[in-house]
Amino acid sequence: MMSDIGTWDIFRNLLLSARWTIVLTLTAFIGGGIVGMLVLFARTSGIKPLVLATQGFIELFQGTPLLMQMFLMFFGLALFGLDVPAWLAAGVALTLWSAAYLAEIWRGCVDAIPKGQWEASSSLALSYSEQMRHVILPQAVRIAIPPTVGFSVQIVKGTAIASIIGFVELTKAGTMLTNATFRPFLVYSLVALMFFALCWPLSLWARHLEGKIHGSRAH
Amino acid sequence: MGYHFDFSDLWGYREVFLKGIWLTAVLTVVGCGLGISVGIAGAASRQYGPKWLRVIVGTYVELMRNTPFIVQLFFIFFGLPGMGVKLGEVTAAIIAMVINLGAYSTEIIRAGLASTPKGQIEAGETLALSGSQIFRHVVLIPALKRIWPALSSQCVIVMLGSAVCSQISAEELTFAANFIASRNFRNFEVYFITTIIYLGLAIGLRQVFRLIGRYVLGAR
Repeated sequence: MMSDIGTWDIFRNLLLSARWTIVLTLTAFIGGGIVGMLVLFARTSGIKPLVLATQGFIELFQGTPLLMQMFLMFFGLALFGLDVPAWLAAGVALTLWSAAYLAEIWRGCVDAIPKGQWEASSSLALSYSEQMRHVILPQAVRIAIPPTVGFSVQIVKGTAIASIIGFVELTKAGTMLTNATFRPFLVYSLVALMFFALCWPLSLWARHLEGKIHGSRAH
Repeated sequence: MGYHFDFSDLWGYREVFLKGIWLTAVLTVVGCGLGISVGIAGAASRQYGPKWLRVIVGTYVELMRNTPFIVQLFFIFFGLPGMGVKLGEVTAAIIAMVINLGAYSTEIIRAGLASTPKGQIEAGETLALSGSQIFRHVVLIPALKRIWPALSSQCVIVMLGSAVCSQISAEELTFAANFIASRNFRNFEVYFITTIIYLGLAIGLRQVFRLIGRYVLGAR
């Protein structure tokens, strides 16, 4: 039976399951971006309870394993009587985890905007949201893009953890193929190469963007 | 919602938790110690080594930083025996953590080495320090001081990542949690407490790094 699955079949099946790695990555990146933006606004709002709450949120999600976050979503959402599929638990956990990191990365970018910009815009009687929208964010976004692209690599790698709660992406497909073929060396080499093929271009792109910013500053 | 939280019988499993915490701590201390050592060697090779060595270290760093830790772990534990290399689960976990952290810390420490002002090295030469004395006292230790916060964060990430080692049945904290949950079926309570323990470990590890930074490296 095991001889039915050849090297080509292994490769093809892994490639097909890589779609789910990409789907989960995009979900987490977009969801994490939206939630991260909300956290960023709360974090920089200057309203004490909001600031404390976001600090707690970031500390919680940066100070605990992503695997535990997925377990808690998996079993926690079930407590509300929901039948939780693995993709939902993985998607929600990855979204919140990404949001915590992105909010912190972006806060660094907002902090990097000179204080005079805040003062000047508030002397023009702009409200907090107007200051953010017209003065701070347009400048912060420029320096935020390279580290954001860099973090997307972490999200791609984070999706591999979803295999543990049973989401069939690249890693889980690798485990299943190993069990069927008893060729772990080949299978996990291919899994690693496919992750590398997803992550490396993003890493190179992030480095390229970073170089561009530093280059333009040198002039 | 009709569900009653019950943390009461978890106290009866405290020894299982403690054993798990112990192995997580051992993995972290050994993994970080060796990982940072690999990072120092890698950074020095990449900064000052011959071309071929720089290429090898560069490839290693890129390969490790662009693949998930869990895949590296599975490759070492499940893949290598096919090539005749059989490893115990704790050994495999430590090796995976070391090569993973080694790659990240190579990049972090190299940034520190690269930011050493040239005048510092020239001043060391003027004082007739040997090459290894200059590397140690003038280049390495000030570089470590500069990048210590980044290195600490990376070590915390590696400690949290070690949760995945439960998948190769290394009996660390997550393995203990899985074991208890399979006994008392109180999944949410067990993972909730385990999450809090990890949070405590992360905060504790950060403090340890702060103390090492202050008293060993003399950072502020």
